[in-house]
Amino acid sequence: MSEMKFDVIVVGGGPGGYVAAIRASQLGLRTALVEKAQLGGVCLNWGCIPTKALLRSADVLRLIGRAGSFGIEVGPARPDLQAIVKRSRDVAGQLHRGVSGLMKKHRVQVFNGHARLDGPQRLRVTGEQGDLSLAAPHIILATGARARVLPGMEPDGKHFWTYRQALVPDSVPKRLVIVGGGAIGIEFASFYHALGAQVSVVEMADRILPIEDQEVSAYVAQALTRDGIRLYTGCVLQGSQVEQGVVQLRLEGSSNQTLQADVVLVAAGIVGNVEDLGLEGTGVKVQHSHVLVDEYCRTGEPGVYAIGDLAGAPWLAHKASHEALICVEKIAGHSPQPLDPRSVPACTYSHPQVASVGYTEAQARSAGKTLKVGKFPFGANGKAIAMGATEGFVKVVFDAHSGELLGAHMVGEEVTEMIQGYTMARGLETTEAELIESILPHPTMSEAMHEAVLAAYGRALHG
Amino acid sequence: MAKLLHMPEVSANATHAAIQNWSLKEGDAINAGDCIAEIETEKALVELAAEEDAVLGKILVEPGREVEVGAPIGVLFARGETDVDIAALLAKAGALSAANEPVVDEAPVRQARAEVTPLIDAPTPGRVFASPLARRLAAAKGLDLTHLKGSGPNGRIVKRDVEAVPVAAAASTPAPTPVSTSEFDEIPHSSMRKTIARRLVESKATVPHFYLELECRMESLLALREQVNQSAARKISINDFIVKAVAVALKQVPAMNVTWTDSALRRYHQVDVCVAVSTDSGLITPVVRHADSKALSQISAEVAQLAERARDARLRPEEYQGGSFTISNLGMFGVEQFSAIINPPQAAILAVGATQQKPVVENGELKVGSVLRCTLSVDHRAVDGALAAQWLAVFKGLLENPLGMLI
Repeated sequence: MSEMKFDVIVVGGGPGGYVAAIRASQLGLRTALVEKAQLGGVCLNWGCIPTKALLRSADVLRLIGRAGSFGIEVGPARPDLQAIVKRSRDVAGQLHRGVSGLMKKHRVQVFNGHARLDGPQRLRVTGEQGDLSLAAPHIILATGARARVLPGMEPDGKHFWTYRQALVPDSVPKRLVIVGGGAIGIEFASFYHALGAQVSVVEMADRILPIEDQEVSAYVAQALTRDGIRLYTGCVLQGSQVEQGVVQLRLEGSSNQTLQADVVLVAAGIVGNVEDLGLEGTGVKVQHSHVLVDEYCRTGEPGVYAIGDLAGAPWLAHKASHEALICVEKIAGHSPQPLDPRSVPACTYSHPQVASVGYTEAQARSAGKTLKVGKFPFGANGKAIAMGATEGFVKVVFDAHSGELLGAHMVGEEVTEMIQGYTMARGLETTEAELIESILPHPTMSEAMHEAVLAAYGRALHG
Repeated sequence: MAKLLHMPEVSANATHAAIQNWSLKEGDAINAGDCIAEIETEKALVELAAEEDAVLGKILVEPGREVEVGAPIGVLFARGETDVDIAALLAKAGALSAANEPVVDEAPVRQARAEVTPLIDAPTPGRVFASPLARRLAAAKGLDLTHLKGSGPNGRIVKRDVEAVPVAAAASTPAPTPVSTSEFDEIPHSSMRKTIARRLVESKATVPHFYLELECRMESLLALREQVNQSAARKISINDFIVKAVAVALKQVPAMNVTWTDSALRRYHQVDVCVAVSTDSGLITPVVRHADSKALSQISAEVAQLAERARDARLRPEEYQGGSFTISNLGMFGVEQFSAIINPPQAAILAVGATQQKPVVENGELKVGSVLRCTLSVDHRAVDGALAAQWLAVFKGLLENPLGMLI
């Protein structure tokens, strides 16, 4: 068997892996990428993108539902689940083809198959073409993660789902219980609720979206509850059994109810895809299903790197892509800066949307910082009123001494598109002074971002 | 073709210097040899002279701002040249620096040609790339961002760079801001003042001083001086005689013509005597070289000229560097006696008081005599008491029998 030699081999074609391959190629490295399923990974095929397509359909349905408030008379809107799912799959398919094109354009040689480390600087790829041996001094593992499976709730496509099944439903379950109140759980709660399911969310922590700022969690919880979604926070599952086609879920904690569900969607965290990579006997260390890496994504094994979900939280596509750049640029001898986890924005595309970057108020306080906190509601923003999008608020947290923007937290319509302003502000290390002096366009919802900064310094104009 | 003008190394080992003032303004024509600017070093003002005909195209460093030696301070245009890309010129200089090539278009310093070593182009000073947060944190720490290396994109100074500077280091470079209140005015230190302070502290703290005092009878010297001055073109002062006497004594007792270094005692072949001159901005010690072999008239003229140049802050580095012995004379202010701090690395300094009429005992009789009191401060590491006393006796003999120093 002949061996093919490269400068860099990337294992996994998700937003970490394919970006690593493109960057490596840009830097003049001979690059190969091994993918066992579809280019684009979970993000593009089974995550970020197809869920956004589904949620867009839910938004349209919701908007039509209140068309009357805009002076538009329409008949009752009826969602066509098959068409909604088809659109979502088409969107994913289009982007999947886009990534294939990018690989060709950047001369990245793509191998379909499963890769395992096979001695130092070598990989064995098992796939349709048979066994191949690839060699490179730098091997980047970007195999991603998958949904955690809870014992007794193994996905069967019928009563128990993970996000995979939730993306391609045959029908809308009448009663859906979602286990896990993080970003994935809350997004599906919004979607299935819009499509008419009776949705309950069970969360172990004392609040949904537990990594977000407390005020944000509280606001979203109130909005979801008002819409009719039931939230069971501070609860763990005691057990489940299927009786006559109905899942009985016993809760324990702040509620000891038994919930009935036609379908249970398990969205209780993810585990890294560390299995069958040939890590045994190498210096690569695995902890809690994730590969341990240093600030340049180097593992304990020389020449082996891990990026993205495989390398641990936060499990976000843009974190994976950024780690890809750091990892490859370091390999190429550049001097990239290590990732600052406080500068990684996070978005939840629920209704209402949530977006944040940096410290929550509580995190900043427990870090011993003296704060200036400002909040501004969209209800006081002209454009939001005109748009009928007055839900939510903007909250900013500054270090009172240095003026550093420690964190920003937003709830409301399209806030996921606006958080980048604060992300850049943090990245550029602007202080409150530059933000206060910035001119934001009127009328826009982004004016609330300016007002929140003003509010932190006691000088909001419209609040 | 346009050329960069660089901050010359006007005195040995100086890493920084400031433009005191530009003698010309932007657009002025320059003839070779013209003074373009005056540069303040730790010790003196030095003229920066044009090497060739040119036009002062652009001033890059305003007066008073200290920059690194080798940093671009201005741009010289060729006569008639107008369309000059200064940014490109500076960028090119930066690139040269990276390649570590010596710069060829450097302007020489007229007076101190021998002192100027080939300059290496320094990275372009001027714009500092720093984040707003880094600027604010640096200001709070009293940190000068121009001394920081940035780790952000393209060397931008960011928060972590400022935070990495220890507080002590930050405190050592406070920005000097003159303050005036109803109670006091604060006058920022000149670099000369800072040097004086540093060197004197160093001397008092590290050089073990001992002091020898002596009275000299001055009748013979005063008589000789009167005689000499009747025919001399310029008046010879008592101090001129003292310079000559010190020099001759050093020649006769070469073991005193030394400086201490950590590894060895340095004994000089040549007798160079420094004379302390007080100026508005501080003390400076110009050197009379080969003072032992120079005529009194020559010494007199030289000291007068050096003192005048010192007061105008126009001494060239070679005029104040070196020398193994200093004379500090406060006699003209009526001071009878004082002791001086050694001017390192020298081994001794002679503090000279006023010549005064005093009661003296001569052969058991009380008489009125002209008396000069001297105090010799000596570095005990280099010279022991007996040797210093021996030298002082020779010096006293020369002053009291001044013909001896003229032969």
